[in-house]
Amino acid sequence: MKFIDEFRDKGIAEGLIRKIRQTSTRPIQLMEVCGTHTVSIFGYGIRGILPEQIRLISGPGCPVCVAPNEDIDLAIALSRQKDVIITTFGDMMRVPGSTSSLQKEKAEGRDIRVIYSSLEALKIAKEHPEKSVVFLAIGFETTSPTIAVAILQTKDEKLQNLFFLNSQKRVPPALLVLLQSNQVRIDGFILPGHVSTIIGRKPYQFIAEEFGRPAVITGFEPLDNLQGIWMLIKQIEENLADVEIQYRRSVHEEGNPVALKKIDEVFEKDESRWRGLGLIPDTGYRFKDPYEEMDACNFNVEIEPTKEHPECLCGAVLQGIKSPLECHLFKKICHPENPMGPCMVSIEGTCHTYFKFA
Amino acid sequence: MSEEKILLAHGSGGKLSHDLIKQIILPQFLNPSLEPLDDSAKINNQEGSIALTTDSYVVNPLFFPGGDIGKLAVCGTVNDLSMIGATPSYLSLSLIVEEGFSIDLLKRIISSIHEVAEEAGVNIATGDTKVVEHGAADQLFINTAGIGWIRPGINLSGKNAKPGDSILLSGHLGDHEMAVLSQREGFKFQGDLISDCAPLNNLVEKMLDACSSVRCMRDPTRGGLATTLNEIALMSNVGMVIEEEKLPVRESVKGICELLGLDPLYLANEGKLIAIVPSDEADRLLKVMKNHPWGRDAQMIGKVTEENRKKVVLHTLIGGHRILDMLTGGQYPRIC
Amino acid sequence: MCLSVPGKILKIEKSRAHADVGGFLREISLDLCPNVSIGEYVLIHAGFAIQKVDEKEAEESLALLLRMAET
Repeated sequence: MKFIDEFRDKGIAEGLIRKIRQTSTRPIQLMEVCGTHTVSIFGYGIRGILPEQIRLISGPGCPVCVAPNEDIDLAIALSRQKDVIITTFGDMMRVPGSTSSLQKEKAEGRDIRVIYSSLEALKIAKEHPEKSVVFLAIGFETTSPTIAVAILQTKDEKLQNLFFLNSQKRVPPALLVLLQSNQVRIDGFILPGHVSTIIGRKPYQFIAEEFGRPAVITGFEPLDNLQGIWMLIKQIEENLADVEIQYRRSVHEEGNPVALKKIDEVFEKDESRWRGLGLIPDTGYRFKDPYEEMDACNFNVEIEPTKEHPECLCGAVLQGIKSPLECHLFKKICHPENPMGPCMVSIEGTCHTYFKFA
Repeated sequence: MSEEKILLAHGSGGKLSHDLIKQIILPQFLNPSLEPLDDSAKINNQEGSIALTTDSYVVNPLFFPGGDIGKLAVCGTVNDLSMIGATPSYLSLSLIVEEGFSIDLLKRIISSIHEVAEEAGVNIATGDTKVVEHGAADQLFINTAGIGWIRPGINLSGKNAKPGDSILLSGHLGDHEMAVLSQREGFKFQGDLISDCAPLNNLVEKMLDACSSVRCMRDPTRGGLATTLNEIALMSNVGMVIEEEKLPVRESVKGICELLGLDPLYLANEGKLIAIVPSDEADRLLKVMKNHPWGRDAQMIGKVTEENRKKVVLHTLIGGHRILDMLTGGQYPRIC
Repeated sequence: MCLSVPGKILKIEKSRAHADVGGFLREISLDLCPNVSIGEYVLIHAGFAIQKVDEKEAEESLALLLRMAET
């Protein structure tokens, strides 16, 4: 496939690895912020072919993993309501809430449908005017504009029975918190390529300017990953700190202005709760007035008290403070069939990736 | 603790399916024919060995590019018999039909069964039909059981793989599951994707004619190639190394996988086989496979190893490596 | 965190398009990426085109990578 196969070339990969070895002189820790990077890095066995002194730590970049239990419990409570259809990306199906999961609720006979696009929720709502359809609006900036479009169309078409459970997250302010908390040494950031196709380069500028760390917006094919890592090492070795773009074929300086405008039409910035990181200012969205009626929080449902496994380290794992290997539950009682925390559920979760590939 | 319930993932062919079988079903019935857990049971009598197998078929939608539930029900059972070196002879055919199901559609499915049974050279020797109330079954479920005679001098089992052996795969991965998925509401995409659903007994016969020392054959259905290889590695207590660049995956299957976050190594196939063979026979067998319509795109994909016992290691395209695990849970199409 | 693949635009009807991804056709929305033409590649995420893929940049990147790998 064009734009994919060329970036999986073994010969070039070997050359890049050689280059990395030549350039790297000291031990460093790089954080790959995005779960898709984690999967790609493990999937291609990139950790094993890098020099040992380059350590990659996985960051909080999986929207499923950082969704707090409350959001999942609300989705579960809604699914138990009469005449409600839950529509969701497949990612959410196995995520454990406090005592159940959508997959388990489906087995109990709730109407829960996996869809691939927010617009399919619209279609289902039109086909079932007698039911309330709830779409689990989860995702980072890449997905938010697609959710905004669905909300705008719902308004345009005067659909009364489609609601959105808002669990969206914004990436840059979360990185700010990571850098401020200073709990883990990060020498450079591999920044998410697809979030950046929407938001561009500027929102990350503080990483270099205020914290003096280099960062590279990186694509997801193995050559992208290797080049991004090499660009970071080069900056570190030359004592530079800049936000560079490796993924030039898809990321522009200003991002995607059309998509940003859609987000802006529907949402405004708001604080948001992240699993493990707590309530963080500006990392979420709330509906602007005209769209508030579509907020699934308007449903009057009773949500069970939030419960998390006391020993689950997902919170620390998400911040790169702990590795899954340091968790007592890992592989013993927590595994993909019986996940205790979301990092084991999501294909992109650090624990799941470690379980599968390490 | 709430009462445990069956999840869809218990039927995915991955780890949960294994646990279900191992913990709830097997302990009650263990006997020498059942215990090897190969694709068919081997039953010895004076004249030789008989292979016996059974399988139930549920698929949504019932018709998909390249096949339908009827074709699937014949091929699946024929292939399970073939995988332990039996020549499939007789099949039973049980239909569980939902009240209100279209007789025309039933006719189409029956004639499809007839057609593929002819191609495979098997007879439908007995059968049964039940009709259940509307809502008690989803349109149509089919169960087929099959028997065949195991060729003398052939001993195929998942326990036989030995370090040094070569691993052969008969063609492209994931065609069946993708062809079915492409027809599902919500994921519809158009393309030339066709299920690989096919009876493999003739291909197996040609392979065993050419080489009687094949150690093991399996058809990587639910759970895909990765799960099947893991099963063999476990049963034989060996390791395996697979070369990613040798794995045949069609562009369209790759495209959908990239889009929906699925891994072709875990997708179901219905007309593919894996053969583990002594390495000095591998090239010859590969030629035999490539000369057969169901093995045209066959590849040697890896080796059985002494190291990494009970594990399957993938050498990646760019020279790294990673562990290939069994399928865990089901694969849900995802966006992130 | 966000899967996205390049697809080639084959047909445009108002704000919908047919994109070719490895030989299969998928209908996508152009609401977020309205200024594309037939034959161009876009990144597809959750049923939407979210950005054009710049062929020239891709070629330059590859050429650069190739030079790097050779030295």
